[in-house]
Amino acid sequence: MRPARKPIAFSQRLFFASFSNGAPVRWGSTHLLGSSEPLRPSLRTSGTIAAPVKQGGDRGASGFFGGPEGRNRREAPPRVYITGMFIALGAILMFFAALVSAWVVRRGLGNTDWQPIVLPRVVWLNTLILVASSLTIAYSRHCLVVNRDPEHRHWWGVTAILGMLFLTGQLLAWRQLLAAGLFLASSPSSSFFYVLTAAHGLHILGGVAALLLLTLHTPCRVTRDTATRVIALYWHFLGALWVSIFALLWWEGSK
Amino acid sequence: MNSASRAAPAARDTWAEAPQGLLRRYVFSTDHKMIGLQYFFLALIAVTVGVVLSLLMRFHLVWPSAHLPLITGGLMTPEQYLALVTMHGSLMVFFVLTTAPQSALGNYFLPLQIGAPDMAFPRLNMLSFWLTLLAFLVMLSAFCVPGGAPISGWTAYPPLSGITDITGPGEGLGQSLWIFSIMVFCVGSLLGAINFIATTIDLRAPGMTLMRMPLTVWAWFVTAILSLLAFAVLFAGAILLLLDRLAGTSFFLPAGLVISGELETRGGGSPLLWQHLFWFFGHPEVYIAIVPGMGMVSHILANFSRKPVFGYRVMALAICAIGFLGFTLWGHHMFVSGMSPYSSLAFSFLTLSIGVPSAVKTFNWLGTLWGGRIQFQTPMLFAIGFVSFFVTGGLSGIFLAQPAIDTELHATYYVVAHFHIVMGVAAIFGIFAATYYWFPKMFGRKTNDLLGKLHFWLTFAGAYGIFMPMHFVGLAGGVRRYADSTGAKYLAALQPLHRFMTIAAFVTAAAQLVFFYNFFVSLKKGRPASDNPWNATTLEWATPSPPPHGNFSGEFPKVYRAPYEYSVPGAPRDFLPQHLPPESEFAESGSTS
Repeated sequence: MRPARKPIAFSQRLFFASFSNGAPVRWGSTHLLGSSEPLRPSLRTSGTIAAPVKQGGDRGASGFFGGPEGRNRREAPPRVYITGMFIALGAILMFFAALVSAWVVRRGLGNTDWQPIVLPRVVWLNTLILVASSLTIAYSRHCLVVNRDPEHRHWWGVTAILGMLFLTGQLLAWRQLLAAGLFLASSPSSSFFYVLTAAHGLHILGGVAALLLLTLHTPCRVTRDTATRVIALYWHFLGALWVSIFALLWWEGSK
Repeated sequence: MNSASRAAPAARDTWAEAPQGLLRRYVFSTDHKMIGLQYFFLALIAVTVGVVLSLLMRFHLVWPSAHLPLITGGLMTPEQYLALVTMHGSLMVFFVLTTAPQSALGNYFLPLQIGAPDMAFPRLNMLSFWLTLLAFLVMLSAFCVPGGAPISGWTAYPPLSGITDITGPGEGLGQSLWIFSIMVFCVGSLLGAINFIATTIDLRAPGMTLMRMPLTVWAWFVTAILSLLAFAVLFAGAILLLLDRLAGTSFFLPAGLVISGELETRGGGSPLLWQHLFWFFGHPEVYIAIVPGMGMVSHILANFSRKPVFGYRVMALAICAIGFLGFTLWGHHMFVSGMSPYSSLAFSFLTLSIGVPSAVKTFNWLGTLWGGRIQFQTPMLFAIGFVSFFVTGGLSGIFLAQPAIDTELHATYYVVAHFHIVMGVAAIFGIFAATYYWFPKMFGRKTNDLLGKLHFWLTFAGAYGIFMPMHFVGLAGGVRRYADSTGAKYLAALQPLHRFMTIAAFVTAAAQLVFFYNFFVSLKKGRPASDNPWNATTLEWATPSPPPHGNFSGEFPKVYRAPYEYSVPGAPRDFLPQHLPPESEFAESGSTS
């Protein structure tokens, strides 16, 4: 006999389903990035949030060991890596939100030392490259999901190269600004430009390192599917982040 | 999936196998319990240094012309006093109040309480400890560089902190080291927070629904979210401040500064911007210190009242509400900053509104005690002490939340008394309660209850002895951060109170020797503890004391009920552990109803 459990309210389930990759709705992972693991039949049929979360036994809403994936009790289930990346992205978002809000405040002071920066033209190209790399990594993931391994590796490598191209392009933009006499301390606007691009560039550098590591090295703790999914998530995020920063800086310089 | 299971045995320190060798077990350990203990002992060292600094300050306030040990030159200068203020605050806030309740105790007990074998990312966990240790060493090293430790307070307000050593001793390399230390600490805390949140979301045992989690887990979970969002912002602010110092930028430096007779050429920045960035972190930081204590106290009050926590759901909700509201009211630290009075009003209302979930918690603690079979053992005494200090400190917070009153009191000892009681003493009482409570689980031995009670009463009376008179010093206009208050007549009149507080501080500090004696002697010679010495219900008591590597030997626990099932009518014993299957509930006593 199972002990009677109180039914979970719909709103709770809606909220917490977003945390649990084991639950029927796989936010941001399966749907956004594709998965090589076939969906279980029950998941396929119960594709709504209100579907019962419990999979039998006396398990709770999102138990770990007996969870839908029923894993070895002594290993972390793959979904923790996805969860962990989502959480890390939250922190990165807060970090950049703080920098951008500082930008807004410092600019809003209306002091004469703020000289709007006209972005070097190469930044447009860089943005295009980064958006393209988001497409190539998505296609690479797709090839992995449908078991076209050589193509997957090819496009994975292309993504890494595009990432490096982006970084080179950003350095070129820096060089152009430096040649024009705009240094870190020249104006608060140039300070922010260098800080924002450097902070974002370092994150991209980390992403490129991860991309390269996966081309040279087979991950020992996680499957290739999980590893690529986590990296792709990070990469898409950095792309979107850059487009936002770029839009902000461009809008400022074009006024 | 296949490759993962094939590779797992090859990978070192999986959850299944305990690492061998002294170095890998005790130093470079990835076991959350060992990392928790490492954090714990780091906090013990930091709190010792922090208390010594505060005693030096208290001594100097009363006998300003006396020669002191540890002070260069023997006689303390006002700058040295400010350096002590800065370092006392920084060490206590970051390396004690953030580290002990969350990183140390949370690390040790969160996986145990949710029935997980370890944290989600054990190696990240190890990295966050080592970063925290590095941050601690860098911060201490500020004492040893030319000019000494920084003097700009734990809040490091620019322009003082944004320009190099022409603004005072300690504002050269010392301040840069301080900022660097904080940046490293931020990264360590962020990694820790990621681990806590992912573990709570994904590694709960079967049956451990959110509404079956112990309130400690709720508290650590919410605290980790606060850390994640707050430390990221502090990190951004610290980068900008460091650039102002080292790279000649001007984010925070206002125009027209004249320092030591020299005109500062930079300008145009806003010191207020730093205050916003800092307090956006700084206020949640207060809750990072106190919320784990709230969880641990709820946990302990239920156990020693032999009653379920009164209003469990509301308690969990109140923790979330406090966490959320904690992000909206940072401006109440800035009422005297020249901020718009309309903003002040908004921040004031938001600040007062946090009184609602706080009061909910307080009354539910009293409701938990009400009618219970209360056992006054050491952990319980400290838990009740926590409630007492939380109420006292919270009440003075209601006064300070009014901009008009805060303007009067902001620079006085009233504020010092307020935040020390609510954030310092209350949080420390939570840590003590938890340490006495979980000592048998962590070390397999019991502490001496008599010494524990002695420690409690001395600390309880001593802490009130220090901080109650401090309110009156503040109301009488006693200015904080002054190294010597004998010069002005109205301040000199407050010296008797200061003398009493200093004596109380020394007595309280001496009382901690009882704790240290009890702790270290019990470590070696305490009476052996059983697996569940307090007859508690949660999962950390479902495993040997101390727990083995991987936490649960043999079968992993499943969870069948809410966390605080004490004194259930009709049950054979007055507690029903979470992992006890329902069939065996009544079978154990051999009788059925």
